[in-house]
Amino acid sequence: MLKRKTISRRSPLAASLVMLGALLVTGGGYVAASTAAESTATSTAADQATIDTGHKLFLANCASCHGKNAEGTAAAPTLIGVGAAAVDFQVSTGRMPAQASGPQISDKAPQFTDQDIAAMAAYVASLAPGPAIPSDSYLAQKGNLTHGGELFRINCAMCHNATGAGGALTGGKWAPSLKDTSPKEFYEAMVTGPQNMPVFSNSDLSPADKLDIITYLQYVQNNPSVGGDSLGDLGPVAEGLFVWVIVLGAIVGITIWLGAKSN
Amino acid sequence: MAKKPQDLAVTGESGEHEYETGIAVVTADKPGDPGIEPHRVRMTDKSAKHERAAARQVAALFSVSIIGSIFSIWAYYAFPFNNSDAASLRINTIFLGLGITLGLFGIGVGAVHWAKTLMPDAEVSEERHQTRGSEEVRARAVEIIKLADQESGFSRRKLIRRTLYGALALFPIPAIVLFSDLGPNPKDSLRHTMWGQGGLRLTRDPDGTPIKASDVQLGAVFHVIPEGLKDLEAPSMLNEKAKAAVLLVRLDPADIKSQREKDWGYDGIVAYSKICTHVGCPVALYEQHTHHLLCPCHQSTFDLADDCKVVFGPASRPLPQLKIEVDADGYLVAPGDFAEPVGPSFWERKA
Repeated sequence: MLKRKTISRRSPLAASLVMLGALLVTGGGYVAASTAAESTATSTAADQATIDTGHKLFLANCASCHGKNAEGTAAAPTLIGVGAAAVDFQVSTGRMPAQASGPQISDKAPQFTDQDIAAMAAYVASLAPGPAIPSDSYLAQKGNLTHGGELFRINCAMCHNATGAGGALTGGKWAPSLKDTSPKEFYEAMVTGPQNMPVFSNSDLSPADKLDIITYLQYVQNNPSVGGDSLGDLGPVAEGLFVWVIVLGAIVGITIWLGAKSN
Repeated sequence: MAKKPQDLAVTGESGEHEYETGIAVVTADKPGDPGIEPHRVRMTDKSAKHERAAARQVAALFSVSIIGSIFSIWAYYAFPFNNSDAASLRINTIFLGLGITLGLFGIGVGAVHWAKTLMPDAEVSEERHQTRGSEEVRARAVEIIKLADQESGFSRRKLIRRTLYGALALFPIPAIVLFSDLGPNPKDSLRHTMWGQGGLRLTRDPDGTPIKASDVQLGAVFHVIPEGLKDLEAPSMLNEKAKAAVLLVRLDPADIKSQREKDWGYDGIVAYSKICTHVGCPVALYEQHTHHLLCPCHQSTFDLADDCKVVFGPASRPLPQLKIEVDADGYLVAPGDFAEPVGPSFWERKA
């Protein structure tokens, strides 16, 4: 019995079957892994009607600065190749249309409906390939919090502060606070590098790395300060000001009262 | 005829020197002893109503202390510290602390208020005595010293005296030797980084994955550590990282002003030391469009498109550039070390 089993295993047919099975597992695993990585960049298939609507909106609202064909002018950069993610980030946070020219364009209430923003994004994405808007299923995943915190401190914290409170840059520019930023905006800002923020493309921080960072930031957003009022998370400057002005002021006041004569 | 100064001085009736005033009008405006301020009677001494009020205030302050102490005991049990909720520790300590503060503060302020308003208000003055001892005391001191010298033979016994001097001169020396424990001599470790091993790939911080030239997009920034640094043991890893950390960016080659910067980079990809030349903070606030690199500690600003020259702030030297190449597999490698020591100035550094 035992001997026959061994023989059948050694038959040439069995070897090729094992080989085939192994290839299927490896190849299938590879395909699954690469689709998982690419699923973040799947662009929403935009039909021609949406692109045309977006084109009209673009001509009416954006072309005066970005050029009739989005080729850019002296006032604003080209939008060819910036992708749907850049349009979605800039318009949905109210940065575009720009309120005023200056060292940095500030965010404000969005000026367009979600539908209009999607149409403009589809138009700009149709000009040249670029970063796409991340899918909801990607953003809904949970990343590695610890690794995300480490990546955030190495790549982001020097400008945005270790807790995402934001900070000052040169010549009137600033890194905005990340306290009210949504996961989609985090992702879009990283892949597109809005204004003076550098680009963190998927070849620098992989989609999994980005998910880790987003998970960390959501943790920071939802975690109340255990030590009482955080004074804006600005660190030693705000804390030092509080101690020197309020606490030292109180100590000086008590000292004066101690030494004053009663009337 | 000019008068000599001493001729101007004449001795007056008081025995002090008086000076001839010439044509100047000198009034007798020598500041006199103002004496003690007139005593101001307190309201609590003048009116019984105020005295009663002050007494009530002191009693009220002591009552605040009583309430505070009881409150802190109540708060300890009312707001227990719950292990699963870190914020409960804050509530617990803040109310406990508030109660204890009132308990102590009420006693202190009450006692001071009591002393200031109700206890006797008499003023007392006391003359200072001279610091110099009386002649009698001084003579006795000299006598004691002489006696001690005589009894011990300190002046007489030369050998003992000289060996004692030697012992006293030497005993602090061991303390100076202990200073060598402040740390090993850095030798030339400040002049070299891990990149000096030559041919090391540029890898991502913290994961240690190598970077291909094609991975670095225009406007991208990479935080770079040398290949192999990740696998070092903790203390030496940090020591090496503190010197070898590098910032890698890709600029439009047309924006780069310096030929050397172009030559030491690869198609607009350039690598610079991340350690500020001012006091060694990590300079990493990179602005994509202005090409400025800002140090968060003291706002030194470097121009990445122009050899990282200082455009603002206290740093006195540009950031050193790391020469990079691309190996056969397309990965970025550093053929050697920085051309100059990285980071802040140190004692033996030339310029």
